[in-house]
Amino acid sequence: MSEVLVVVEATREFGVKKVTLEMLTLARELGTPSAVVLGGAGAAEALSGKLGEYGAEKIYAAEGEEIDGYLVAPKATVVADLVARVQPAAVLLASSQEGKEIAARLAVKLDNGILTDVVGLAADGTATQVAFAGSTIVKAKVTKGLPLVTVRPNSLNPAPAAASPAVEQLTVSVTDTDKLAKVVERVAEQKGSRPELTEASVVVSGGRGVGNADNFKLVEEIADLLGGAVGASRAAVDSGYYPHQFQVGQTGKTVSPQLYVALGISGAIQHRAGMQTSKTIVAVNKDAEAPIFELADYGVVGDLFKVVPQAAEEIRKRK
Amino acid sequence: MNIVVLVKQVPDSGADRSLRSDDNTVDRGSANNVINEMDEYAIEEALKIKEAHGGEVTVLTMGPDRATESIRKALSMGPDKAVHVVDDALHGSCAVATSKVLAAALGQLGADLVLCGAESTDGRVQVMPHMIAERLGVAALTGARKLTVDGSALTVERQTEEGYEVVTASTPAVVSVWDTINEPRYPSFKGIMAAKKKPVQTLSLADVGVAPAEVGFDGATSAVVEHSKRPPRSGGEKITDEGEGGVKLVEFLASEKFV
Repeated sequence: MSEVLVVVEATREFGVKKVTLEMLTLARELGTPSAVVLGGAGAAEALSGKLGEYGAEKIYAAEGEEIDGYLVAPKATVVADLVARVQPAAVLLASSQEGKEIAARLAVKLDNGILTDVVGLAADGTATQVAFAGSTIVKAKVTKGLPLVTVRPNSLNPAPAAASPAVEQLTVSVTDTDKLAKVVERVAEQKGSRPELTEASVVVSGGRGVGNADNFKLVEEIADLLGGAVGASRAAVDSGYYPHQFQVGQTGKTVSPQLYVALGISGAIQHRAGMQTSKTIVAVNKDAEAPIFELADYGVVGDLFKVVPQAAEEIRKRK
Repeated sequence: MNIVVLVKQVPDSGADRSLRSDDNTVDRGSANNVINEMDEYAIEEALKIKEAHGGEVTVLTMGPDRATESIRKALSMGPDKAVHVVDDALHGSCAVATSKVLAAALGQLGADLVLCGAESTDGRVQVMPHMIAERLGVAALTGARKLTVDGSALTVERQTEEGYEVVTASTPAVVSVWDTINEPRYPSFKGIMAAKKKPVQTLSLADVGVAPAEVGFDGATSAVVEHSKRPPRSGGEKITDEGEGGVKLVEFLASEKFV
């Protein structure tokens, strides 16, 4: 079977991201998964255990300052060279900013079609995408070149399938043009132990109804009790209650967790754009007419400052 | 500094949007079409750079005739002129082909700095800045929440999942911006009147030197096979809190095995 290249997405803090495991699971349906690690020195070594656990038969690694010290251009060059060499059946990347950007450059380098935000990929290359704020389902195919797709996190359940991959170090030969955008500083911001927003299986979000930044502690408390990530509506972010990187919706993140908890969020279409493919949605809002209730599997009309502390207490009792 | 801002006309994201049943393209005919919101932040940033460093701001759009409305709207914020690539053969173009056309037009305009929104509200694909940069052989600094210009040196601060990073490059470059970068100005009455008289140059495919076979449905590198409306979610149970709302919520979560 042909190789399927899976470009690994990982963080320094948490290692291999869940979307990578989803891509490896998907790749096994299409061929033989090979993981491609692009990062700092020693990155592949650190990640190989997890990648093998989910079925990577081989790991290609391109590591070092030439890869890691610039925005995506060197990474795209490395993957393009690899594609030319191994002629894979497909190339899968994460539908993150970086994944999409590497894919964008690959598409131009290879004169190849590209499909983003893919939630399913059949053996014949037909991809399923969700468009227009989750309101439209699209089936599409790359008609020129190989299937080059970016996979949206939380699209499928990752399943382990042990393999013991050997690591092949790639020769990195990037051009000066690849090194035009230099990363001069990386600043890690405190985020504690919560899961990453787009990958979390539970997301608890607060909106304008939360009232102020201090009250977001309530949202965080429920998130921590449920082992979830914290999100915020644009109204809450614009009002300065919570940082922008946690914004869910249009101009923010798209999430698709098992459970989405909306607290004090009215449910404007721009917010629904980022969360309405969530499996189960619950909402607390004082306005009985709030559009969020049209989506919610369970809704409580009431004062969130009464309902939420009581819910927190009840969860603690049951633990 | 010669700044070109990429502007895309999109169907209003606040209204119902769909794909056409005849050719699977975005239905623009029945939609209320507006400037892609994030592009307004790119225009604002361009105007601020011009105000601080001098130069000229040009709006570049590829789109059908009706995109003219969005071009005038963009000009009313303050850019000097606009270029509209319009050609019937472009209908149905994929992202790869679109980047070819925009790169060809930018090559003619000779921009020092290309600014655009980080994503459009219709496709949300986020690929255009890097596709264009790849074709032009220039840097792409994407997702800027802060942009500093010092002569030809550009410094961008961009949000990442782990925090933020600072990235540098020299012009010429493509920079895409998030809506955290500034607060776009509202067009003044004077601006709206002035926009009507600002030059809008139209370019055909032949003018930018791209063959019709490379764009549209013929040149597309991907195709929509079919599409359907997702069944709308129907609201489930809704209760009014009468003192036990929190407990009842948790009972529901427990019944779904989340607690």
